Amino acid sequence: MIDDRQFNRRGFLKSGASLVGLAAAGSLLPLSAARAAPLTVGFIYVGAKDDFGYNQAHAEGAAALKAIEGVTLVEEENVPETVDVQKTMESMINFDGASLIFPTSFGYFDPHILAMAPKYPDVRFQHAGGMWSADKHPMNVGSYFGYIGMGQYLNGIAAGHATKTKKIGFVAAKPIPQVLLNINSFLLGARSVDPTITCQVIFTGEWSMAVKEAEAVNALADQGADVVTCHVDGPKVVMETGAGRGMFLCGYHASQASLAPDKYLTGAEWNWAQVYTEMVNTTLSGGTIPNFVRGGLAQGFIKMSPLGPAVSAEARTQFEATQAEIMKGGFAAIKGPLKDNKGNVIATEGQSFAEDDVALESMDYLVEGVVGSIS
Amino acid sequence: MNGLDIGWWGVPIAIIGGAIRVSTPFIFVSLGECLTERSGRINLGLEGTLVFGAMAGYAVAFHTGSPWAGVAAAALAGMMFGLLHGWLCSLPKVNDIAVGIALMLFGTGIAFFFGKPYIQPVAPDLPAIPLGWWTDIPQLEAALRVNVLFVVGAILAFAMAWMFKATRIGLIVRVVGDSTDAARAMGLDPNWVRLWSTAAGGALAGIGGAYLSLYYPGSWNEGISSGQGLMAVALVIFARWNPINCLWAALLFGGAGALGPALQSVGVSEGYYLFFAAPYVLTLGLLVATSSPTQAISGAPGELSITK
Repeated sequence: MIDDRQFNRRGFLKSGASLVGLAAAGSLLPLSAARAAPLTVGFIYVGAKDDFGYNQAHAEGAAALKAIEGVTLVEEENVPETVDVQKTMESMINFDGASLIFPTSFGYFDPHILAMAPKYPDVRFQHAGGMWSADKHPMNVGSYFGYIGMGQYLNGIAAGHATKTKKIGFVAAKPIPQVLLNINSFLLGARSVDPTITCQVIFTGEWSMAVKEAEAVNALADQGADVVTCHVDGPKVVMETGAGRGMFLCGYHASQASLAPDKYLTGAEWNWAQVYTEMVNTTLSGGTIPNFVRGGLAQGFIKMSPLGPAVSAEARTQFEATQAEIMKGGFAAIKGPLKDNKGNVIATEGQSFAEDDVALESMDYLVEGVVGSIS
Repeated sequence: MNGLDIGWWGVPIAIIGGAIRVSTPFIFVSLGECLTERSGRINLGLEGTLVFGAMAGYAVAFHTGSPWAGVAAAALAGMMFGLLHGWLCSLPKVNDIAVGIALMLFGTGIAFFFGKPYIQPVAPDLPAIPLGWWTDIPQLEAALRVNVLFVVGAILAFAMAWMFKATRIGLIVRVVGDSTDAARAMGLDPNWVRLWSTAAGGALAGIGGAYLSLYYPGSWNEGISSGQGLMAVALVIFARWNPINCLWAALLFGGAGALGPALQSVGVSEGYYLFFAAPYVLTLGLLVATSSPTQAISGAPGELSITK
């Protein structure tokens, strides 16, 4: 041990050289710092960054931040919705100096973000999903999300024209409001084509469970569903299995058109690059990101995959007309008269819930025509 | 009959189909583990081997364009893991369970590391044998689309049972597994036998992984295994170290796993979390039913560290 502490000539030269290097770099630093205050942004994903789905959509958005000067991006993937995410947040804050963190998975919010936010009041936590409310939660936590349900409504229109059995399928992970809204919108889109269509939903119980997702698609095909979409983290398995069973496909999160170009009708995709760039620019210029950020097709938060070759001319016409309608903003997929699949009234004649209605964010029902149950 | 509306018949069809589709990785991993345990060692690392085999198989199939090359690569990679486990355990005072857990984490870790570039590309799938050609019910036809590896696995189970019972190699493995002292007295080298039993077991687990990524569900991603490797190890105990029982147990697990989605699809959707737990409830039930308070686990190899 004593030997290690003694100076030796080579070690001395080495550390000397690195000191000189540091000094040189240090003299340059103030120059670049003057242009933009450096900001370290942390992104946390629940799955792989390139899963053809939810996490990939966020990671592509995060990658767009690299183009902004003064921004350092730190990312960690495959972080479970457990105390692990708290450790990841703490290490991003303490070791990487992150002051803006995007924990992108739904389950990160409660209790994990809520435990970290009071502990680090100078750090901003931006959570994807609709959990934040002003009277209950800290002000350094924000919530953002997009009205992707409208994308599923458009998916439903394409599906409604493509189905021959009048039965469409939905592979869902967990019965949370966003997922339920997607299922309901998908069916209502299809019912705008033909009101006799039903939608069979199968919950897998996990965001990513490849074998169970494949089993779910097979079960749907066995029951005669001929179009399938999903709300799981990585839709690749659902799309490939569905195509294998000869079903038409509607994508989700990102475009899966390349997996089965002939069967892919269209898909509801996230467009996070624009959203993240705006949030980071706000922070860099000294502003504060609003705690509640929402947007849909009109605001560029979401986009649709280009229509595939299996989409008929008639379907295209209705799809494009509805898309134009949604682009005006304030579109309501959930409108009366409407009942849930247990017979309770959701909306009376003339009552409607526009895409930006916060009531939709606590949805706890499946509409009439959806075969399935949320518990 | 166009066979579109099969209603409740969908449940038994899904269970048969699920048993065939989902059970193959269980068959291979549990046969591999059975061989290893019969030689007197436990390799808990097969979960890692399975995941690494899935990744290696997918990557090689993608680059060569041949799914069978992928299967071969997965078997080779699995064998390497088996050799590593066997070699580490042959060192003095090394615990096989601890090494297994280390290798499980190691295998999953490096599979994720090297697997990054292969999540996106699409590799060719293994071919299926259409055993349902005689029926005009499309659902049944789809359920009976059987993969070659499933057939190989089923034959292998019987072959392995015969090997244990009637061949010299089988006898050697059994002797080493039941009594190290007796094996030494016969002039056998227990470490050498266990090394190659573990290697062969690893190779089988690797093939099980290749089935996951190359046939069903048929793509590589980091959540592909969901613990099948670990469950297969438990299956071996459940099957009382008998290869043919391993086959039945694997089929039972596969079929029970299909129950949840199938029941939801016919409208029994209340309490689906409970149905998803069916395979585990079934295992617990069967273990309780077949346990005995008076005697030790029957059929267990004598040298196995968990039964000593």
